Amino acid sequence: MADFFTTTTLGMGLLIVGQVLLIVVPLLVALAFLMYADRKIWAAVQMRRGPNVVGVFGLMQSFADFLKYIVKEVIFPAGADRVVFLLAPMVSLVMALIAWAVIPFNDGWVLSNINVAILYVMAVSSLEVYGVIMGGWASNSKYPFLGSLRSAAQMISYEVSIGLIIIGIIISTGSMNFSDIVGAQEGRYGLFSWYWLPHFPMLFLFLISALAETNRPPFDLPEAESELVAGYQVEYSSTPFLLFMIGELVAVVLMCAMTTLLFFGGWLSPIPGLPDGILWMIGKMLFVFFIFSMVKAITPRYRYDQLMRIGWKVFLPMSLVWVVLVAFLAKFEAFGGAYARWAIGG
Amino acid sequence: MANVDYRRAAGYFLLTDFIKGFRLGLKYFFSPKATLNYPHEKGPLSPRFRGEHALRRYPNGEERCIACKLCEAICPAQAITIDAEPREDGSRRTTRYDIDMTKCIYCGFCQEACPVDAIVEGPNFEFSTETREELFYDKDKLLANGERWEAEIARNLEMDAPYR
Repeated sequence: MADFFTTTTLGMGLLIVGQVLLIVVPLLVALAFLMYADRKIWAAVQMRRGPNVVGVFGLMQSFADFLKYIVKEVIFPAGADRVVFLLAPMVSLVMALIAWAVIPFNDGWVLSNINVAILYVMAVSSLEVYGVIMGGWASNSKYPFLGSLRSAAQMISYEVSIGLIIIGIIISTGSMNFSDIVGAQEGRYGLFSWYWLPHFPMLFLFLISALAETNRPPFDLPEAESELVAGYQVEYSSTPFLLFMIGELVAVVLMCAMTTLLFFGGWLSPIPGLPDGILWMIGKMLFVFFIFSMVKAITPRYRYDQLMRIGWKVFLPMSLVWVVLVAFLAKFEAFGGAYARWAIGG
Repeated sequence: MANVDYRRAAGYFLLTDFIKGFRLGLKYFFSPKATLNYPHEKGPLSPRFRGEHALRRYPNGEERCIACKLCEAICPAQAITIDAEPREDGSRRTTRYDIDMTKCIYCGFCQEACPVDAIVEGPNFEFSTETREELFYDKDKLLANGERWEAEIARNLEMDAPYR
């Protein structure tokens, strides 16, 4: 039986499909509850109750919304490019989902253990912007187009600083493999061995850039409802809109996973002695998601020029200086080699 | 470079505003919710609350309305229509008492004008309907309302009496 899955083409194919389903299905189910949690947290900060009617404590709210979205009519605006109009949300969702192929959930629990995992994630999340641009352009309408242009500019600006922050981590680790990065964070001091301590300022830069990258508040300018109605999603309804929404949320959860893997030691246990495992990974991701939700509730939206100023005049120089600094600290193995976990060059 | 406000710059880079906001957010996160679970929980109503109209009767079952048409005259939205005729026993009574609830602005002038406390606005505010026609109330509907809400209406009138 084991031979069938490891030697024959059909068996290997089936195994991969099974593994993909094992990631995608729990992810999408978890997404429904994360959406619910997001709304509940937002409501709690505003002293509201949030969804509490569908199911126990409103837990089924997302599924009710899901049903509502898929039974509604799909409306094509007059003059819209139908093919691109339908392709855009699919691109958005698929690009968000395939990034999960390289995210490890536990030691060895990864769909494809490639050595350029971070590059792959960066590449895929850059492609995500195409969904937004295509959607805005194909709508043949003014607000969606303006929204998509804003979104494109914003995602590109913040990808630069995210890339530089990640370079710092790569220098410290000497590998672009997520499993190696988590492995390098293992140490005697539990949670004080993780990268959040040596790369402390970059943790906040990364979180803020992640918010901007995924168009979350306070950087939700592409869909600034007071100015652009809903940005690139204005003309979308029904299932295509749902796909956009899921894609956006998958990207947010992906950023939670990235933060966890890069700064919070992935599946490593924070207290030395306790066993490592997938529960730590999930717990840390939930913690980061909670921060994201709180930020959504407590911050006002940035103006567009402020957003660009922070991206290019604050984050870019800071992360650039940090990369140089980390390179020196790693080279001379400062602070007991905290910045050079594994030998430079792998 | 001469006039750098270092205090402000430090606060900016240490995200002090954000941390303050986060603490405030958490404070409200754990504070009790202000929302009422509406169909199950309801807020308190004043005795003066002006809701759905009702025509009242005396305890012996006689209608209070004497067809003086003061309410019809004062109604600023002209929502009330009254026709009157002498009854067999010679007393003046309404044959028709219609209120168009889609016109009514719930100002309460009709109950202020009424010399016998016949037309009143009761505490009921949940009388939405599926058709427009159902909101054209006639005398039967108003008298039925009066029977249904008499206890609450009498209590409200009594509580409000000292201030009139």
